[in-house]
Amino acid sequence: MSSAMSLTAIGLVVLATIGIGLFGLRISRTTSDFYVASRAVTPRWNASAISGEYLSAASFLGVAGLVLVNGADMLWFSVGYTVGYLMLLVLVAAPLRRSGAYTLPDFAETRFESAVVRRICSGLVVGIGTLYLLPQLHGAGLTVQTVTGAPPDVGAAVVAVIVVFNVAAGGMRSITFVQAFQYWLKLTALATPIFVILIAWRSGDHPAGVLQSLQGAASEWSEPLSRAGGRDHPLYATYSLLLALCFGTMGLPHVLVRFYTNPDGRAARRTTVVVLALLGLFYLFPPMYAVLGRTFAPDLVSAGADTVVLELPNRILPGTAGDLLGALVAAGAFAAFLSTSSGLTVAIAGVTDQDLFRSRLHRWTGGDYVAVNSFRIAAVLSMTVPYLAFLVTGSLSLADTVGLAFAVAASTFCPLLVLGIWWRRMSTTGAAAGLVVGGVAASAAALINVLGGPDGGWPKALVGQPAAWTMPLAFITVIVVSKLTPDKIPAGAARSMVRLHTPEAVDVDRGLPSR
Amino acid sequence: MHSLIQSQLRLTLAVIAGAVVILGGIPLLFALVPATRTLSVLGLPLPWVILGIVVYPVVYVAARVYVRNAERIEAEFTEFVGRR
Repeated sequence: MSSAMSLTAIGLVVLATIGIGLFGLRISRTTSDFYVASRAVTPRWNASAISGEYLSAASFLGVAGLVLVNGADMLWFSVGYTVGYLMLLVLVAAPLRRSGAYTLPDFAETRFESAVVRRICSGLVVGIGTLYLLPQLHGAGLTVQTVTGAPPDVGAAVVAVIVVFNVAAGGMRSITFVQAFQYWLKLTALATPIFVILIAWRSGDHPAGVLQSLQGAASEWSEPLSRAGGRDHPLYATYSLLLALCFGTMGLPHVLVRFYTNPDGRAARRTTVVVLALLGLFYLFPPMYAVLGRTFAPDLVSAGADTVVLELPNRILPGTAGDLLGALVAAGAFAAFLSTSSGLTVAIAGVTDQDLFRSRLHRWTGGDYVAVNSFRIAAVLSMTVPYLAFLVTGSLSLADTVGLAFAVAASTFCPLLVLGIWWRRMSTTGAAAGLVVGGVAASAAALINVLGGPDGGWPKALVGQPAAWTMPLAFITVIVVSKLTPDKIPAGAARSMVRLHTPEAVDVDRGLPSR
Repeated sequence: MHSLIQSQLRLTLAVIAGAVVILGGIPLLFALVPATRTLSVLGLPLPWVILGIVVYPVVYVAARVYVRNAERIEAEFTEFVGRR
């Protein structure tokens, strides 16, 4: 791989990101601009931005790496990442937008009228966000290492500094444009090498070897549930992973913040449909890298699988063409780290700022402070903690670690949102109990994994894919505790339900039909 | 109001039930009928065709159908409330 060319491409992505960020600085003025881009982003822009933000290191590098090593069962990762938005669409998209809340803790506070539930949510946003930032930093370190041979700390530090600068400078307005741009960059970067390789084959070599790796009778790898790559209890793992990804998406802090930028509930739904199309298009490509990698980069199976997307163009097409495509892919990978990390940092910083900083700053300064500065300090802190965690954790599989963040979200925010939106008799005590029980169980499993989990058998399966037991546990806790504490049902629950489900047209103008 | 939430909830549950049966059924199919793991469609193995390609347009169409129905329910509600 030509490191000069790749570094230039990465440099361009970074410059474009900072450039659009500075442009955002000039037009974002108020705190409301910072958080939700004044809620005036159209569904198409917003859908590109949501997809751009969502497609992280795990999607761009991690899925191909996992499929390369473990085969067909890992295809469920990209399926789950996509179906998560279908579940988000049917369960929470429009009501959540109609709740009028800025962040998840805001939603919890208005629905349950409790500062305690709010504070638990804030803690969870920071926890899930940090767990999700960790693999982004690992991915950045890996990419810079593959391109230049520099130690992983360098790449991670570069991403951390750029993201903090950008978030602190422009807030969400600039992020929306950056994210939308980065979706299309990522799709181009991933698709172009595949098309070039296919065209090259038409004019000469034959792809027979590639298809054999999929069809070979000896190949366990291409079969589902085959335990390829040494993963035990594949059926349990498949269902648990699917559950975590399908129901975790709605509880990811950076995804939710993005939904408040829709002008109304209907736009929130339509945006989600476009997101599904954009994600489906993107996820056609990672498995192709894995299939090609099986033939052309078999050495990566045992070490460095997460770099297969970066390595492949050069392995198949030596010379300038391969260098150029390698540079393009490296740029796309950087776009992935930057966009997801920016979104997460905005979400974590927003919550830290509102729930930890604002009141204290107010007390210390007697109200004499600028709100935006408090947000900036929070942004710096939001990235410092995951960077320190990155320095102490060893090599992690990108997509597996992200999967754990989904599992925690599915076991905490999913029950809170789903039951909070559809079940009027959910009590405040039930909400708090569910968050604590689901949060403790899933976080414990995640922590054990990150620190190096059990070796094999059922313990490894249950801890590696915890959602199948932690998510039902959280739902049951909420339901049982709510039934036991009917006096703790929020006084305004009925009114909340009306606000969450009534179309905007009814509130604004009763005389006009909604379309 | 109650009926609006009920109709929306029914629609949501219908989509989830469909997803559970179809998506949840795929691993079960692979587990119970091992032949499907190696079956070949157009020169590609069936699991890869389903999970790598076919699933995405299906999810997209499901989302379109859901949105159309959800908006219809809201339009009917809006008209009903408006006429009162």
